[in-house]
Amino acid sequence: MEFFLVSLLNGVSYGLLLFMLSSGLTLIFSMMGVLNFAHASFYMLGAYFAYQISTAVGFWPALVLAPLLVGVVGGAIERYGLRRVHRYGHVPELLFTFGLAYLIEEVVHLIWGRIAVDYRIPEALDFGAFQVFDSLYPAYRVFMMAVSIAMLGALYWTLTRTRIGLIIRAALTHADMVQALGHNVPRVFMLVFGGGCALAALAGVIGGNAFVTEPAMAAAVGSIVFVVIVVGGLGSLAGAFIASLAIGVIQTFAVALDWSLLDTFREVGWTGEAARAIGTIKLSQFAPVLPYILMVLILIFRPRGLLGRRDT
Amino acid sequence: MQLRHGAAALALAAGCIAGNALAQSIKIAYIDPLSGAFANVGEAGASQFQMVIEDINAKGGVLGGRKLELVKFDNKTSPQESLIQFKAVTDQGIRYITQGNGSSVAGVLIDAVNKWNERNPDKTVLFLNYAAVDPDFTNDKCSFWHFRFDANSDMKMQALTSFIAKRPAIKKVYLFNQDYQFGKQVSRAANEMLGKKRPDIKIVGDEFIGLGKVKDFAPYVAKIKATGADTVITGNWGNDLTLFVKAAREAGLKSDFYTYYGGGLGTPAALGASAEGKVKQITEWHINIPNTPILPFAQEFKKRTKIDLYYGRVNVQMRMFAAALNSAGSDDPAKVATALEGMFLSTEIGDVEMRKDDHQLLQNLYISTFTKVDGKNPKYDLEGTGFAPHRHVELPHRLRCRPPAR
Repeated sequence: MEFFLVSLLNGVSYGLLLFMLSSGLTLIFSMMGVLNFAHASFYMLGAYFAYQISTAVGFWPALVLAPLLVGVVGGAIERYGLRRVHRYGHVPELLFTFGLAYLIEEVVHLIWGRIAVDYRIPEALDFGAFQVFDSLYPAYRVFMMAVSIAMLGALYWTLTRTRIGLIIRAALTHADMVQALGHNVPRVFMLVFGGGCALAALAGVIGGNAFVTEPAMAAAVGSIVFVVIVVGGLGSLAGAFIASLAIGVIQTFAVALDWSLLDTFREVGWTGEAARAIGTIKLSQFAPVLPYILMVLILIFRPRGLLGRRDT
Repeated sequence: MQLRHGAAALALAAGCIAGNALAQSIKIAYIDPLSGAFANVGEAGASQFQMVIEDINAKGGVLGGRKLELVKFDNKTSPQESLIQFKAVTDQGIRYITQGNGSSVAGVLIDAVNKWNERNPDKTVLFLNYAAVDPDFTNDKCSFWHFRFDANSDMKMQALTSFIAKRPAIKKVYLFNQDYQFGKQVSRAANEMLGKKRPDIKIVGDEFIGLGKVKDFAPYVAKIKATGADTVITGNWGNDLTLFVKAAREAGLKSDFYTYYGGGLGTPAALGASAEGKVKQITEWHINIPNTPILPFAQEFKKRTKIDLYYGRVNVQMRMFAAALNSAGSDDPAKVATALEGMFLSTEIGDVEMRKDDHQLLQNLYISTFTKVDGKNPKYDLEGTGFAPHRHVELPHRLRCRPPAR
């Protein structure tokens, strides 16, 4: 029971982090039709900026400043890069973000080197928050969840209860109409792109010190966020939320279970040579592949994703 | 007359070339990760090689005044990339390589060196291995062109299991290793040896993780905790150990850790005070062994790089290499290899012998436990944590009878 609860908490906290990462990506996609390959790079930038700022003024200012800075960088990239490429169609846009990911990685190499930086959890959060049976659950994990949920709330409130949210939602489906009504749609695009990048950066700020801040961190999460938005349905925030929680929990539990295919084969009475060859692989060794299998299954049986509205 | 002038000119030119060769440095290619998940480990190793080489050069170099020179090649811990780098090494005419991080890499390098030397007997290359400890390299895959300066994983596991055998409190052991040759060897050896020495111990887990792939170890720690293991044996190194112990500390895992690389870069800092009395490591040297002559070197290294010296064996390797060059009187790898075979040397960390049969170095090993530093005994801490390996058990190796000095 203790094991189940701790694993569930671990899964949910990882899932929420994934959601923070993928929410920006899915927003940008639904609005601008751009699959931003550089999205995970903004996650990395967030972690590095936070490291740099926290060495100067501490973690708490970094928590606010780093996402803002990355948001500004993202907005500028949209305004001066992506918007120019936009008129040539989707493929150049895709290539642009693809190149951008490499560019950002090289810039990180140049400034911070190829080695992981020493970005640590603030001491104020380095303690056990509460008791789960006889093990302490780390406070920083609780903090990660709190930040994600606060962000989720803020995002929901902005999109549904404010004027700017109204315009964004209108521009999602009827960009021309919104433009005709006198709103500056390109500026809304810039805001959304910058905001999406800031969300990714916020994930980087709290994920960078929980795990490790290194130049390879973008590549490590890059593919998984695409899985999240494909499974959730491209462009669907609620879908991304469900998908990231599901993937977080599935991965955590898969790691924890030493169940192997052999047991299942034995159940159904197949004990041949081939069964033994495949069957010795444990589920825990299989854990990193599971999200991708899920994605393939979703693409076969429900190509629009869990809550997606369009067939892609 | 004309002819004689020509001959003189030729002799002069030949003399120049010979003089050049004399002045030329002897290059050692360092093929290890300088980027990617294990870049920190690779860079720290490179800095130590650099400093030993500077020390050897400052004391007059080798072969009557020639210098050693380190050339770095980044293999990203990838076997494929290592082969590309090895090609670059041979293209540049470098005759000595050294590598340590990853038996996966060392395995392909041994094969590559063997093949290259077979095809290019006039340009042979010698491989000095300072940390890749898959026992096969000095057994089935034994090569004349490979020398290992670290105790192999079976030697270390023999020592660890003998130590465990004397501790009846240990009942449940969890094996946690990386999914490649070395991790598999650690797991196999632990299963075999514990089965013989302490058949009553239950092995409650035998886990493998992708090399450098896992960033969030919390699920694994929860799993270990659920098994009720009192002891974890791990061969993990680099970030695979650092992040693991960090997650274990956060989740308050109470098991003891028997590690191969617990004192390695970044791990003491990640452990902090949680290491006290719980984390053990097996090494050829650690900072709190009293009266080892390597101490001033370690202090200078720390001052220069802000990194705690970890590899006693890197110094051993380079001292032996220099001694072998001098005793061979040549920079030809084949002659140097012959000189290394069976060599005895008194080094900064003690007496060592390069076993002739399989090119495995014999040296003392120490099992030490992380202890709070009091400034006297233990005197030195690691990574500013206030803790360091101490209270070691020394496991002396048996040297053959020393031959008379030549």
